[in-house]
Amino acid sequence: MKRPPKDNEESARKISRRAALLGGAQMVFAGVLVLRMRSLQLGQSEEFRLLADENRINIRLLPPARGMIVDRNGALLAGNVQNYRIVLVREDAGEPRAALERLAQLVPLTPEDIERAEREIMRHRPFVPVTIMDQLNWEEVARVAANAPAMPGITPEVGWTRFYPYGAEFAHSVGYVGPVSEADLAARENPDPLLMIPRFQIGKIGVEREYEETLRGSAGHRRVEVNAVGREMRELDRQEGDPGSNIQLTLDRRLQAFTLARLGEDSAAAVVMEIQTGNILALASAPSFDPNLFVRGISVAEYSALRDNDHRPMSNKTVQGAYPPGSTFKMVTALAAFEAGLTTPDERVYCPGYLEAAGRRFHCWNRGGHGRVNITSALAESCDVYFYDLSQRVGIDLINAMAERLGLGIRYDLPLSGVSSGLNPSREWKRDRRGADWVIGDTINASIGQGYVLATPLQLAVMTCRLATNRAIMPRLVHAVDDIEQPIPDQPPLGLNPANLAQVQRGMWEVSNSQRGTAFGSRIVAEAMRLAGKTGSSQVFSITAAERAAGIRSQSELPWNRRDHALFVCYAPDVDPRYAVSVVVEHGGGGSSVAAPIARDIILAAQNGGLPPVEAYPSAQRNRIESMIRTISEQIGPPATPDDARSRA
Amino acid sequence: MSYLEYNVKRSPSGLRKVLYVNWALVLLLSAVASIGFLQLYSVSGGNFDRWTEPQMQRFGLSLAVMFTIGFVPLWFWRSMSVMGYAVSFVLLLGVEFFGTVGMGAQRWLELGPIRLQPSEMMKISIVMMMAAYYDWLDIKRVSHPFWVLVAVLLIVVPAFLVLIQPDLGTALMIIGAGGMVMFFAGVSLWYFGAVIGLGVGLVTAVFMSRGTSWQLLRDYQFRRIDAFLDPTLDPLGSSYHINQAMIALGSGGWSGRGFMQGTQSRLNFLPEKHTDFIFNTLAEEFGFIGSVFLLTLYIGIIVTCVIAAMQAKNRYASLLILGIAGNFFLYFAINMAMVMGLAPVVGVPLPLVSYGGSAMLMILIGFGLVQSACIHRPREKS
Repeated sequence: MKRPPKDNEESARKISRRAALLGGAQMVFAGVLVLRMRSLQLGQSEEFRLLADENRINIRLLPPARGMIVDRNGALLAGNVQNYRIVLVREDAGEPRAALERLAQLVPLTPEDIERAEREIMRHRPFVPVTIMDQLNWEEVARVAANAPAMPGITPEVGWTRFYPYGAEFAHSVGYVGPVSEADLAARENPDPLLMIPRFQIGKIGVEREYEETLRGSAGHRRVEVNAVGREMRELDRQEGDPGSNIQLTLDRRLQAFTLARLGEDSAAAVVMEIQTGNILALASAPSFDPNLFVRGISVAEYSALRDNDHRPMSNKTVQGAYPPGSTFKMVTALAAFEAGLTTPDERVYCPGYLEAAGRRFHCWNRGGHGRVNITSALAESCDVYFYDLSQRVGIDLINAMAERLGLGIRYDLPLSGVSSGLNPSREWKRDRRGADWVIGDTINASIGQGYVLATPLQLAVMTCRLATNRAIMPRLVHAVDDIEQPIPDQPPLGLNPANLAQVQRGMWEVSNSQRGTAFGSRIVAEAMRLAGKTGSSQVFSITAAERAAGIRSQSELPWNRRDHALFVCYAPDVDPRYAVSVVVEHGGGGSSVAAPIARDIILAAQNGGLPPVEAYPSAQRNRIESMIRTISEQIGPPATPDDARSRA
Repeated sequence: MSYLEYNVKRSPSGLRKVLYVNWALVLLLSAVASIGFLQLYSVSGGNFDRWTEPQMQRFGLSLAVMFTIGFVPLWFWRSMSVMGYAVSFVLLLGVEFFGTVGMGAQRWLELGPIRLQPSEMMKISIVMMMAAYYDWLDIKRVSHPFWVLVAVLLIVVPAFLVLIQPDLGTALMIIGAGGMVMFFAGVSLWYFGAVIGLGVGLVTAVFMSRGTSWQLLRDYQFRRIDAFLDPTLDPLGSSYHINQAMIALGSGGWSGRGFMQGTQSRLNFLPEKHTDFIFNTLAEEFGFIGSVFLLTLYIGIIVTCVIAAMQAKNRYASLLILGIAGNFFLYFAINMAMVMGLAPVVGVPLPLVSYGGSAMLMILIGFGLVQSACIHRPREKS
């Protein structure tokens, strides 16, 4: 519009003034912006740089190789084998269901597996590799690899998994590993971050569990740069972890295999120890199970079969099983009396087949009576009345002390699961636990290893070592960790009077070397290998009056789970003994008929460093023994390979 | 002075117009846009096709539009002011009823292949309209309450339409640009004082309204304000953006982490890294030096415009240039304040740098008008 020049000038002046005003304000604001930049970029840049690095750098753990477990001769008991698995990356594979169905044409994948895998895949971000199959054999992996171009996003990968080449032989001692459970994490105060890795496995029982930290090693790590959604962009650096330590056990694979095979179908346990060192050479609990099942993920059916078996395959009876030691306890009673000077080797006790005390009648196993017996014949013939008589004079306090001296009632610190302390009863124990006073009947029962007394097969083997050496031998299971030999525990002298001990040893010798001995049938004729031992048959239930009336007289007529436990402890050779063996056959019937033959075979195998030599047996038994040894040696196979295990599964 | 007067007698005509183009302004605009190309190349991880190439094409096209507008005499644009405002207003109403909802807001009209954002058009139209209004209005009456009320309504009604889309950032910019033209035109400072007072009252009212039935802002807008007031409140939720943006900016330090070396943007921690938060990628990769350099270029554009406005001895031209420069200032000032944690995240792009064609076209249309004013300025000798 047309304006007078005066207005135009005024307008221009006003605009200039206002422009200067607002321009100034704008400059001030720009100044504020610069100050803000200075404060953030120059003042706080270190902090922000740190935050940026925290954003982008992730630390990923590298699981270390688990240490191996070998036997005394270096045979591999627990190792790591390559494990092939199939991994799917959703963003490369496309529609997961279609991809899985294509895969199912190559490898066994049930519709349920596909369903489960699909759910698993959809739970993760599209770039996260998801394991959809594990434990594939080489042939299956090769098929998948050959078809890789047709199946984008599906790749076979190699990992490591635990493998036990000898399967059931070492299931209880070596144990097994399994996936980390909630309980495992809860039980640890500061769980190793490795345990959070999916599919990471830790020891669940046995040496695998007790030496978990040693075997596990320490994690390595990779520092990787990730983007905002967590996708790995590149590796910044990498530090390999330290592999776990290797552990060498004192166990002897061949002897272990023989021992377990010899126990056969029975519910039984046997321990073989090297007397001078306390090394445990075999630790067999029958029946056993394949620990590889647990590594792979045991099925419900397999697990319930193990759990519901009345022979309790999952229990390590050598240290968890506490049994009334029966007559194998009689050496304790005898030594307690001799050391206290309450009897002499010449003293004879008359056995009419029973003893009356405290208004009760305590029977000898031989109801006809043994007549006059001394210490040697009482042990050889296992006369109960002799020990009943001694025990009344000795009393429970001395018996308890002697049992402890010989290694009973002690919980040995071995890397095994559920090691039991057995039970070495005393007056205090009964008062505390049973709320009753100790009575003379308790002492009489204890004198023959019945009543409250309980011992594990391991404790019985330790007792046998101590009886053979007069030293406090301690059991030892771990020989070396990473080639560093573990010390042999101190073996202080027991301080028993050698003459007294010799009396007891003489009695044990007669058990299998005298015609009257309870284990004469299980004698060894090879002089350099002869054994000295003691039978035991411990009552689980008394034969009831009703059963007796029904004509049941012998153990074999009773139902299995009511029969006596059969026990035998022995050492050999009789001069300069080297090996001690204890055998317990649950509900086996009689120690002399069931446990002693087993113990003889095992101790011969130990002495021979292989199978038992047939010449060592009485000639009348050799045919039978030869065929038995053949059967057993056929059962002892070479170590399994991972593929064998898979085809069995 | 009539159009006829300067058109025939004193303004350059024909190809001679090229000589009178404000080349300093063209240079500054191109420099800023080039920084944009560089950063878009960087945040795309070295992918030229993804953002850089389309952005270059848009800049070329917008530059052509700028020159075209610049070569058209200013009297034509002055006569188009009312028409432009009316069309923008009608389209704003149209978007209210037929608009496409995107990103939770109604912001554009689909007219065949063209996606029209009437709120962007309004940013220019309001400046043209207000400049024309105060050119038409007798200088003596600019502070008369009635004529002030008319001006306020001209600004507030379209701003309200934009606000309910809802697009708080653009609404604020319309009010800011219109208000600045009123300020330059010489409206009494008392009015501005009163408006500032009212503004403070309004902010209070907005906060008071929270959680009531007459809530004045959407929940997401409230959350953005919360995130601004306390970025540590919820590091993975509403304030995640601003926290990550500050980390990117701050970790740049003096000279930055180097071109294409910014981890925050390269690894996608930075949200909207190619649009609203592109300044942070620049700050991360080129540091304090780079940030200040860009700010200097922006201020250079403002200064160039202010000089041009002073030289224009024409009320419409001066008000138009100052209004457009003020609008441009609002753009980068609000964006920078926002990405540096000095203002709530309101969704204002960094002019000429952020990826996006609509805003770039509108900004260069505005500078086309500035060029038109510069080229067609009556000169003593021609």
